[in-house]
Amino acid sequence: MLRVVQSQANDTTADPAAPLSIRGLTVSYGQKPAVFSVDFTARAGRMTAIVGPNGAGKSTLLKAVLGIETAVAGQVRVFGADLSMQRHRVAYVPQRASVDWDFPTRVIDVVLGGLYRELGLLGRVRKHHMDYARDCLSRVGMEEFEGRQIGQLSGGQQQRVFLARALAQNADLYLLDEPFAGVDAATERAIVAVLKGLKAEGRTVIVVHHDLSTLRDYFDDVWLISTRRVAEGPVKEVFTEANLRATYGGRLAPAQIDMLSRQDG
Amino acid sequence: MSGFEFVALSLPPMVIGVLAAIACALPGNFLVLRRQALIGDAISHVVLPGIVVAFLLTGMVSTWPMMIGAGGAAIVSVLLIEAIRRLARIEAGAAMGVVFTAMFAGGVLLLEQTDTSSVHLDVEHALYGNLESLIWLDAAGWGSLVDPVALAGLPPELLRMAVVACVIVAFLLVFWRGLKISTFDEGFARSVGVPVRLIGGLLVVLSALAAVAAFDAVGSIIVIAMFICPPAAARLMTDRLEIQVAWSVGFATLSAVAGYVLAGYGPLWIGFENAVSAAGMIATVSGLVLAVAAIFGPHRKGAQLPR
Ligand SMILES: Nc1ncnc2c1ncn2[C@@H]1O[C@H](COP(=O)(O)OP(=O)(O)OP(=O)(O)O)[C@@H](O)[C@H]1O
Ligand SMILES: [Mg+2]
Repeated sequence: MLRVVQSQANDTTADPAAPLSIRGLTVSYGQKPAVFSVDFTARAGRMTAIVGPNGAGKSTLLKAVLGIETAVAGQVRVFGADLSMQRHRVAYVPQRASVDWDFPTRVIDVVLGGLYRELGLLGRVRKHHMDYARDCLSRVGMEEFEGRQIGQLSGGQQQRVFLARALAQNADLYLLDEPFAGVDAATERAIVAVLKGLKAEGRTVIVVHHDLSTLRDYFDDVWLISTRRVAEGPVKEVFTEANLRATYGGRLAPAQIDMLSRQDG
Repeated sequence: MSGFEFVALSLPPMVIGVLAAIACALPGNFLVLRRQALIGDAISHVVLPGIVVAFLLTGMVSTWPMMIGAGGAAIVSVLLIEAIRRLARIEAGAAMGVVFTAMFAGGVLLLEQTDTSSVHLDVEHALYGNLESLIWLDAAGWGSLVDPVALAGLPPELLRMAVVACVIVAFLLVFWRGLKISTFDEGFARSVGVPVRLIGGLLVVLSALAAVAAFDAVGSIIVIAMFICPPAAARLMTDRLEIQVAWSVGFATLSAVAGYVLAGYGPLWIGFENAVSAAGMIATVSGLVLAVAAIFGPHRKGAQLPR
């Protein structure tokens, strides 16, 4: 596999067993790459936001990390090893719109899907599995809905079910694709509380995030991406006017950039 | 009707019809949910070159080589579709269209180039079947069901359809969890290491197997109807996949039995002389079942407000 080596300030300090380390990753759906030669390193026990405009390759980056899309080039290490050795330590919450919510299944069945690593194809679901899945549902405040068909939930409730499935995976690295898209303020608070709880337990959380106004409140680190890597590091250092301009180009109004990058925690 | 007549003339076609309907309806549940339901139709095009090649290699028109040839053609088509999709980076539907038409055209050319006039290679038969002809001449009455000598004379389509149905049931049992997760959320399924490609490939290959076996025994019209109607009707009866699959088996059985009986006796009851095609009537009944489910099904869209 092609490995693109670049000299970077944070490369020398990068932990070889970092929860997630991405080197020279390039993913392409056709001629034009969606993600081009990016490097990122996640720091353990922190919450990281992936920020960039629509079509910047954020979802593609997560999918390539998880082996859902095949990379043209580059290397991904999860806790210092190949993903195939570490799948049990990684949980993924896809973009909510990526599935058909009319699918004939109940809330509890979706959450049990998070136990696939444990159950395998043939393992029987036993009472302790059910209790565990219910427990995950109650952590997102959805315990009353376990028997409901998933299409009969609001968008925010569906998002919580996805989060409960990820909790059931009991992973050390959480990758979430826009968990706050289309949810109301109460659900957003509930999800943030769960994510901060994961962080408090020493788990690493990486979230594709669009709302620049909450970046400082929710996250420790940020990765700015626009097909290529723009910058990465602690929000306080990296969330600057220059970097935002480089990420969004003309897509954010200058006044907006000004306001956001001056805003203090 | 005497026991003899029923066992010899009606029971075998009815059982074959039921098995064919179930073998198609079972994978049909997943094909419909994956929006790949037309695959059953497309397979009729793909298998032709396989059947012709099997005939060229063996020089005879017999069942198993043709099934193997058809199955091989289905596998080749699946691999070709994957390859075209990846190399040409075009969407799955377009890749399928290219492969299916190309393979059908290849089959027709092969057929034209070979001297099939001396041997009776009846492609029409493979595509349209004739359920009523699958009779059991060795049957002497109900007792024949436990008589090994008489049982050996059962139409070969019956055993074949039963084997295919069993293979499909086994596949569903073994891969149930992976099928369910990957049909609902393919990205998540890949992320946890579900063998998504293997399962999707097997689903298509086994659907092809069901389609080919059923084509030969009962004709294309049933295959297309059974892949879609019982699963679609079953979806309207429940919101759980496990129960949906059970309903689809029930609807498939109902359609096959009711269709066969109505085709044989319905016209007589309303004063006509001749029976109508069983295959056509079975497909019609399955369509009626779907219509009734669409009007009265408890879980159709809008039937239920969130509690
Ligand atoms: N399955 C696909 N086939 C072809 N092109 C794709 C596919 N998925 C994404 N793309 C393209 O790749 C680029 C990156 O898409 P991606 O979904 O990763 O962006 P994103 O940053 O997640 O955007 P958003 O904020 O809108 O979710 C876009 O130009 C998109 O059009
Ligand atoms: Mg996205």
